[in-house]
Parts: sequence; structure tokens; C-alpha cells
Amino acid sequence: MARYGMVLDTTKCVGCMDCVVACKTENSVPEGFNRDWIVYDTVGAYPTLHMEIRSERCNHCDSPPCVACCPCGASHVHDRGGVVLVHHEKCSGCKACIAACPYDARFIHPDGYADKCTFCIHRVEQGLLPSCVAVCPTRCMHFGDLDDPNSEVHQLLASRRNHPLIPEAGTRPQILYLL
Amino acid sequence: MHELDITRRNFQIDPSLHIWGWEIPVYLFLGGIVAGMMIISGYFLFRERYRDTESASTTLPFLSMVLLSIGMAALFLDLEYKAHVWRMYATFEITSPMSWGSWILLLVYPALFFNMLVRQPRWIERRIPLLERWSARLHRHPAGIKTVGIVNMLLGGMLGIYTGVLLSAFGARPLWNSPLLGLLFLVSGLSSAAALVHLFARSRWESELLAKSDNAFLTLELFLLGLFLLGLLTSARAQQDAALLLLSGVYAPVFWVFVVGIGIVVPLFLQSLAVTHRIAHSAMPPLMVIAGGVILRFVIVQAGQVSHWTRVAGLP
Repeated sequence: MARYGMVLDTTKCVGCMDCVVACKTENSVPEGFNRDWIVYDTVGAYPTLHMEIRSERCNHCDSPPCVACCPCGASHVHDRGGVVLVHHEKCSGCKACIAACPYDARFIHPDGYADKCTFCIHRVEQGLLPSCVAVCPTRCMHFGDLDDPNSEVHQLLASRRNHPLIPEAGTRPQILYLL
Repeated sequence: MHELDITRRNFQIDPSLHIWGWEIPVYLFLGGIVAGMMIISGYFLFRERYRDTESASTTLPFLSMVLLSIGMAALFLDLEYKAHVWRMYATFEITSPMSWGSWILLLVYPALFFNMLVRQPRWIERRIPLLERWSARLHRHPAGIKTVGIVNMLLGGMLGIYTGVLLSAFGARPLWNSPLLGLLFLVSGLSSAAALVHLFARSRWESELLAKSDNAFLTLELFLLGLFLLGLLTSARAQQDAALLLLSGVYAPVFWVFVVGIGIVVPLFLQSLAVTHRIAHSAMPPLMVIAGGVILRFVIVQAGQVSHWTRVAGLP
């Protein structure tokens, strides 16, 4: 079975927010909310500063705490690619999944259910790329099967230094950032 | 220097998590105090206190049902998709503490109902004569009454621990992620329950027993609170930051003054003088304990939402 993941090249990302706009358009994300966002991470002391620009979203963790804590069975791991999704019709809006996510990737949709990035699974099932990846002008975002040795994402991870976000939380994120 | 600039501004998420307002702390407090009341009333049944017409065991089960219902109403108000509340009972998710809690709550009501049947308040007896007949039937089986007592104590223990485990299962929030939180909330619930029952106990034996046991619960609560903070302070940086939120951060004044001082130390001192007959019993220490129990839940829920794996702003 495939294990979908994303690899983002932080040396190419310029924080243009095209991915953010594409996601909002593709998924009709309500005003005032974001399923993906940009982080400018600056470390060091002037003049030797290092800045990493990251496009972030739900990490579709391999060990997702949001799924484990859901009392209604609404949060689940999709059969295809291990993508973490929410059955809107099952969600009671208890917000346990939001508290459980160390990445603060979820929010309550104005209609009352928990909402988040879906890796654009509706597009992926048609053989298309997630909208954020498809529009990236610097081609810094890559999507594919992390378990397939022939996939671009697998080869990038094998050849470049990379890191996930908050690995100490133990969630095993499926989004990795190239250094 | 380490600076994070995030373009996300999601409601209830940014700049720090604030998904839970007053509803959850109120629910956790009422769940905890009802858990304590179930353990106390279960113990009273076991000791056959129901034979004494002045015993608080006449009032406890009904009062517990009322308080628990208010707590569940608060929980319901917190749901963002209220029409889907029944979804919690359409499944049992073994890894979800909230699912366990939903089902435990469903078992608590019948246990409290049978507890009430042993000796229900007179005004209920007058209005529903059927209950008197059921009560008489129950009294023909003394072993059955003891079983009701044991079941109440067990379910009370589960309910009390659950109110803490609900939060401690969230590994994403370092302040909550301590196995001691379940025990702390159980003991805090017991101390609040002993204080509440002490307020309206008419039997001198019960009053003395509750004041003494409340002192024991408060001492244990202070000990557990210390261990809870020590556990965080000797852990990773995120946990240390979380403990500092209570010890010296923005929540420190409320924590030290209302939770530790007014909620535990001062009533423990006053009640110690009262049980050794150096001062008269008064309503003040129990009221302080109850207020401390409420504020403990508010502080833990609010500070826990601020605590995070990435650095908390404003800390050294």
C-alpha cells in the first residue's frame, strides 16, 4: 500500500504563498481560515542569521494522535496512501483532535466540524497532484509515495539531508523538509 | 535568537490555542466532585449509614445526578456540532479517553439511581410512590445494597481519574501530558466532595469524618501537585516551560494564591485546628476547598492550551 508524503525544499521556497491561495481556492477554505500556511523560521544572531521558509500543513502523521483521540470515529486514516481525513458527517466538534495535534493544523469549520488539509485526495485519486504542489512556481514541493524507491520523494529523501517538524512529539510526520 | 513568524491566523488556534473556554473546566470540576461524592456515598452504603435518617447519604446520590447533569450540559454547550452529540454513542473508540468518558458517564447514572433507591429524599418518595416499593425490594437484600456501594465507589474512581486522563492523553500539550494528572484530579474531586458534603452534613459522626478525610485528601493533593510539577521540571525543555507557566509565568499569581493558598494550604490549616477542637467548625474552609477545586481546573485547562512543543512566548 502506498504511503503518501510530501517533501519540501526549504532552499527553494520563497514564501510566495501561491500554495496557500491554491488551497483556499481548490478546497473553498472559508474566509479567516487556512489549511496551509507559511512559516519564516529565523535562527542565529545578526549578521549570521539563517532563515528557513516553510510551507506547512497537516503532517498526515504515521501515528496520528488526532485519530486516536477522536470519540466519534470521524478522524480516520484513509485506505489510500495513509492520508488522515475527517468524516464531516460523523464529527461532533468536540475539538479533541485540535488539542491532540502538536502542529495546530486543524480548526473548526464555520459549519461545526473539524477541518484540515486532505492532501487534495480528491485530486490525487484522479491522478493529479495536490493543488499546492501543482501551482508552486519554484517547484520546491514534491508529492508521492514515500515507500516507492522509484518515486521522486523517496529519492530526494535518500539523497538530501532533511527533517520533519517536532519529531519529539512522536507522531512520525509524513512531510519532510530538505535542508 | 529563534524567531517564528507564521502567516496562519486561524480562529481558536492562533496566536495560542484557545478552543476550550469555561465549559470544559466546569465539566471537569463537576465530574470530579461527583466522582468524589460517589466514592463517599458508596462508602456510606458500605458502612450502612443509610440506617441513620440524618445521614448525608440520603441527599448525595440525587445531588450527584443534578451536578453531573449540569456538567454534561456544559460539555454539550462546548460542542461545535451540537446536533451530532449522539455520534459519541454510535461507536466506542478504545484509544479515545473521551469515548471512554462518554460511556462511563452513561453507567454512572444507573449506579446513582440505585444508590438513591436505598434511601431517597422524602419529597421524591412522596411524588413517586413506585420508588418506595422498589426501595423496599432492595432492602430485602443487604448484600445487594453493599454491591451498589462498591459499584458506586468503583465508577466514582473511574470517573475521577477519567477527568484527568482526558487531558493527560494529549501529548501535544506538555503541561497536560503527565500520568499524575488523573490521580491529581481524582484526589482534588474527593477533597471538593468531602468539603461539599461537610457543608450540609447533619450527623456529627459524618461531619467529623469528612473534615478529617478532607485534611487527608488536601495533604495528598498538595503532594501530588508537587510531584506533578517536579515531573515536568525534570523532563524536556517543553515540559519545563509548561511547569514555569504555573510556577513563575502568567498563571503563577492565580496558581499560588487561589489553587495552592486559598484552595489547599489555608483550609488545611483551619480544618486541622477544627478537628483538634481548637477552633469551631465553620463553612469557610469547605468553601475555600471547593473554590480551589474549580480554579485548579480553570488554570490547568487554560495554561495547558498555551503550553506547546515550540517555545512559549514570554519565557526566558
